[in-house]
Amino acid sequence: MTETKEAQDVVLRLSGITKRFGALTANDAISFELARGEVVALLGENGAGKTTLMNILFGHYTADEGTVDVFGQPLPPGLPGAALAAGVGMVHQHFTLAGNMTVLENILLGTRSLWTPGLGRAAARRRVQQLSHDFGLAVHPDARVATLSVGERQRVEILKALYREARILILDEPTAVLTPQESDALFETLRKAVAQGLSVIFISHKLHEVMAVSSRVLVLRHGKLVGEVATAETDRHQLAELMVGAEITPPAPAEARPGATLLRLDKVSTPARGNRTGLRSVDLELKAGQILGLAGVSGNGQGALADLLSGLETPSAGTMELAGAEIPRWSPREALAARIGRIPEDRHRTGTIADFTLTENAVLESYAEAPVAKAGWMDWSAARRAAEEIIETYDVRCPGPETRIRLLSGGNMQKLILGRVLGAQPRIILANQPVRGLDIGAVTYVQQRLIAARDAGAAVLLISEDLDEVLTLSDVVRVICEGRLSPEFPRGSKTPAELGQWMAGQGFDDAA
Amino acid sequence: MTEIVDILISASFWAAVLRIASPLIFATLGELICERAGVLNLGIEGIMVFGAFAGWMAVYAGLGLWPGVLVALLAGMAFGALHALLTVPFGLSQHVVGLGITMLATSSAYYAYRLALPEVTSPPRIAPFQPLHIPVLSDIPWLGQALFSQTALTWAAFGCAALVALVLYRTPLGLAVRAAGENPQAVEAQGLSVAAIRMGAVIVGSGLMAVGGAFLTMSAFSSFFFEMVNGRGWICIALVVFGAWKPGKALLGALLFAGFDALQIRLQQTPMGQVVPYQVFLMIPYVLSILALILMSRRAEVPAALMTPFNRGER
Repeated sequence: MTETKEAQDVVLRLSGITKRFGALTANDAISFELARGEVVALLGENGAGKTTLMNILFGHYTADEGTVDVFGQPLPPGLPGAALAAGVGMVHQHFTLAGNMTVLENILLGTRSLWTPGLGRAAARRRVQQLSHDFGLAVHPDARVATLSVGERQRVEILKALYREARILILDEPTAVLTPQESDALFETLRKAVAQGLSVIFISHKLHEVMAVSSRVLVLRHGKLVGEVATAETDRHQLAELMVGAEITPPAPAEARPGATLLRLDKVSTPARGNRTGLRSVDLELKAGQILGLAGVSGNGQGALADLLSGLETPSAGTMELAGAEIPRWSPREALAARIGRIPEDRHRTGTIADFTLTENAVLESYAEAPVAKAGWMDWSAARRAAEEIIETYDVRCPGPETRIRLLSGGNMQKLILGRVLGAQPRIILANQPVRGLDIGAVTYVQQRLIAARDAGAAVLLISEDLDEVLTLSDVVRVICEGRLSPEFPRGSKTPAELGQWMAGQGFDDAA
Repeated sequence: MTEIVDILISASFWAAVLRIASPLIFATLGELICERAGVLNLGIEGIMVFGAFAGWMAVYAGLGLWPGVLVALLAGMAFGALHALLTVPFGLSQHVVGLGITMLATSSAYYAYRLALPEVTSPPRIAPFQPLHIPVLSDIPWLGQALFSQTALTWAAFGCAALVALVLYRTPLGLAVRAAGENPQAVEAQGLSVAAIRMGAVIVGSGLMAVGGAFLTMSAFSSFFFEMVNGRGWICIALVVFGAWKPGKALLGALLFAGFDALQIRLQQTPMGQVVPYQVFLMIPYVLSILALILMSRRAEVPAALMTPFNRGER
């Protein structure tokens, strides 16, 4: 009797899933089971194979080996439609929504045969409203998706799965784009779903979330399933070690000794550009030997501030002073001349040129100066030496300096950028999302380098959407919301929840 | 100025506007369907040429008018299938493929014409579509001549615009087409085939373009000659932008362009035409279209995935 009951309770079984991309084995003979009404966390660093595994389960990819069974029936490979029909719903990390259509239209997409004459909006709207109510997913069915916030879009994604009567819900890094409050609301929704008998696979690399929502944790490393533990019987430390495969020590910066103000913004505004928020009368001081962490939900003016410091944007109002002197002109060249080191947000698009070699990328900011340029000509052997030095000092894993940079992993690419920036001994460092998408080893490395630069007297502006990262590294924290900056909060003076309220816009003086 | 007023109050002017707009409406709708699904179809000019030839040739060879339209439609769909094959599953550059299709279709039409009629100096004529007499409506003074004395193919163009709008906004199929041009991942994640939707849209859209071309030989004129499409395909691409990828607005754009065109033809015959070189009049619709395009397309929402190939299972 117990045996049949157990068999019924297994809703999903993956057996021996293997997936290779060229020489890389993204998933290596992975097997696990999911029971009815449980939340399993899939934990692993970036590149560990979590998303690949879920894409196989959902039919985006076809596995090279192995089978998937849903409710005891084998799932035909490579067909998202079959996965949906079998009751598997997936909330992708990069939302799969059409921005020019309404919430309801996005939910309805693909739910009816393409040759049906009508959409049946009225009945569908009622059902969506019912589901919104039942699961605490407030969103207006007739709103255009393009006008929604990131949190709302995620609710639409979950509604899409629920509308299709998903019994197994896969969430791929769902909290990466949410404020702490929005994350809590998501966890509440998940609890309601589980209470109704749904099973959830929750992909994350954030340990505290995994501890908070899951009942069981599967740890992936380099494509292999390296651990399976009950959440109640483990702790964050053990999970982190499983995930990385080695002991890790998070950076613990010593007390900062702030020095002179190197950069001062006085009531600076910048224009909004397209969908990008501008700055609204911002005061900011960056001091030597101090890391200022800027927390906030993405799209609240971080881009404008980063562009301003990079020289890509000029103030439309207010003054900007570098080392006490107002700047006469402002451009990326001036920013470099002022020794502002720039670690851009998007290392693929603005940080590097994908089809250039490591050598070429290493000298992108110094190509016009000695020793790389001599009398107007490139000295490629000098450029190559510069690249080799970065590769050596910053432990960039690559076949050699003549490799095209697109072939490097994100972590190694970031190390090259870091080497390029820090090698120029900047006085001010703009680090915009410096560790996004990196694995823990690379994260720790980049963060330690930033702390070392601070200790050597640089002023660091750290922009991050990861509140944990801001709190770990920053000597002072400020919050950005709709182009405005909060006051400075010294290290340890605010809890994550309090900062989350600032991130949601509470506490700002509206007159400002 | 009085000349312009005279032109505008003449019934024949308005009849001409509807007639000139008809091929543009077909082809613009065809391009709009392709682009809404995420594929830019620069084959439009050549497909129109081939449609003009194929429909006319079919009738000349003895088929009826409507079967001739069907032949043009199918010929356009065949070129559309080639375009779709190269751009969707193979993911080739839509610019290169489109221009290639235009060259291929144009020269195929000319080649076939020479093969079929090696000896003729002036192209033979067919009996084209005749204006439909609609009881009561066609007999209204002025209005009857201005609006209700068109051929069946013109009525079909307007019907087509309504049908495309209906399908795009009111059916699951239209939803899928719009989503494929906006975010193909959304289509894939909802269990539909992006490739099938895009290929279908390109094939159907190309068929409409060919019907637009066939209008020229089978309704507007009665024979086929080289250069008769004369850039109308390129105008239709601009009209899609002008119409902000919406069928209703695109229809208005086609009417507006046709209005300018009908106006300039008539202005050439006024005393002004004696003084101003005729090339200036020929420019008018294009210049005004560019101005209108600048004004209208500022806030137009381009389908986000236009010209972005989609490959399943790629990382």
